[in-house]
Amino acid sequence: MNEVYKQPTANGPQATADPLARIRGMIQSCIQCGTCTGSCPNAFAMDLTPRHLWRLVLMQQKDDIFQSRTFVLCSACYYCTLRCPRGLPLTEAMGGLKQIAAKEDLPLYKHSIRFYKSFMESIRRHGRVRETEFMTLYFGAMKNPLLPFRFAPLGMKLMGKGKVGVQIPSKNDPNSLDAVFRKAEELEGKDEG
Amino acid sequence: MKFGTFGFRICFGFRDSDFGFVLDFEIQIGEESMKKYLYYPGCSLEGTAREYDVSTRAFMKAMDTKLLELEDWTCCGASAAEAVSHLLSVALPALNLAIAEKRDTPEDILVPCSACYLNLKKAQEETRKDPDLLKKVNIVLQEKNLRLQGKVQVRHLLDVISQDIGSERIREQVKRDFSGLCIAPYYGCQCLRPYPVFDDPEVPRSMEPLITATGANVHPWDMGGRCCGASHMNTKPEVGQALVGAILAEAKGADVIVTVCPMCQMNLEAYQRKISSNYGEDLSMTILYLPQFLGLAIGLSEDEMRLDMNLSVTKETRNKLGEMAFALAA
Ligand code: SF4
Ligand code: SF4
Ligand code: SF4
Ligand code: SF4
Repeated sequence: MNEVYKQPTANGPQATADPLARIRGMIQSCIQCGTCTGSCPNAFAMDLTPRHLWRLVLMQQKDDIFQSRTFVLCSACYYCTLRCPRGLPLTEAMGGLKQIAAKEDLPLYKHSIRFYKSFMESIRRHGRVRETEFMTLYFGAMKNPLLPFRFAPLGMKLMGKGKVGVQIPSKNDPNSLDAVFRKAEELEGKDEG
Repeated sequence: MKFGTFGFRICFGFRDSDFGFVLDFEIQIGEESMKKYLYYPGCSLEGTAREYDVSTRAFMKAMDTKLLELEDWTCCGASAAEAVSHLLSVALPALNLAIAEKRDTPEDILVPCSACYLNLKKAQEETRKDPDLLKKVNIVLQEKNLRLQGKVQVRHLLDVISQDIGSERIREQVKRDFSGLCIAPYYGCQCLRPYPVFDDPEVPRSMEPLITATGANVHPWDMGGRCCGASHMNTKPEVGQALVGAILAEAKGADVIVTVCPMCQMNLEAYQRKISSNYGEDLSMTILYLPQFLGLAIGLSEDEMRLDMNLSVTKETRNKLGEMAFALAA
């Protein structure tokens, strides 16, 4: 039953110096039918439809792609991947665009990038996510004094239920995944080197 | 099969003779024959979703299965790893698969969080199909003296409850009369897609027999596999609220939405007041984890299911549950 899902070519031999080339390889056979757009629950909030975005990827319009917020609005529901008549790994391709934005630290996406990076930092230090620390890192990274207030009502509710503890972050956790992260960075750096 | 001790007797007699004897046997149906799973709770179940952890363990125990927590498990990377590094997004879950493989006869890995499930499953599938990726992952895992071979199965909790346990075994154990309840099954995305393992990824149905086994009715809707927006609630709240609002609006008429993912659960339960005010109508709704609901049905208490930790259990639902408490036993 698993065969519906096609293996993405991520990290395959196509990986080259141009990060966009890897993604272009994934969606090469797009026929612009628009099924992805029609399936996407977030299309209503996107400035470019998914179909349009794939066209820009095919035409190598890097500037236009990274002025759009379409790919950060992908919530990985896998509807488009499931329904694309060409069986293209579209959710992975959206992820690929997020990775480029994160690597190049593009300011337009700083909100999402910092959110994800704070999360990863918490895992790197402790092996598991510490929700309180992750939120502290995130608010710190956003340097937006008002942001914590948006989360305050939920935070209070969760604390009332004993769901978020107050933990003292330590940088020398024996469960740290620092070595794993460093190795992965080293290998990925080589690929694109 | 019920856990415990069973006796049976065999009588021998010889024809045309008064001579005969009786043999009594006792067999232990014990830990050894109980179905075991390697349990991967994931970070949410240690924190904001503790009631999912508690109710899963209690329900699975009541169903005569044994959960062995995967030792020294680490975070699977959630959706964050994928957004930052492809290799890490495979290596982090693969690390946990490799821990499981250290066992002599690795059991299936049981995962209640849909996001964790998909990450572990994807790591398994991608490394199986791409030897080059497997090699890279193993270079990374070497840092923790681990090695991935690809010999464990990754199973979602809903897969195990619907396929291994099944509605019949639940029906046999039901202690409460839930016939007055209407339940909306919410599957979310990532236990259904992209890998169609135990259900139809477009029209999921696997929860329905489980719900009807308790006597409750299934709320007719087609939002079960819709997306709730995942972390949009944090990074793009307007979009997240619109997606969740549409789901809550369609659930009207049901008493409870049941979920099988901590992120779905949090999105559906934690922002109801805000979303109701956006909509200009009351969209408050009780949201329970599937094992909480099934646990209540088979007679586990609200305390045991930690209903006090849920962020949205309406007064109406509490009253109904109160009235139904042990109605069958009475
Ligand atoms: S569904 Fe597939 S083929 Fe159709 S437009 Fe989208 S990516 Fe292209
Ligand atoms: S996976 Fe992303 S792009 Fe595809 S339909 Fe879902 S949200 Fe839209
Ligand atoms: S998906 Fe969420 S809950 Fe699961 S391990 Fe990863 S961070 Fe933790
Ligand atoms: S429904 Fe929401 S939380 Fe659940 S899997 Fe989909 S996006 Fe993730």
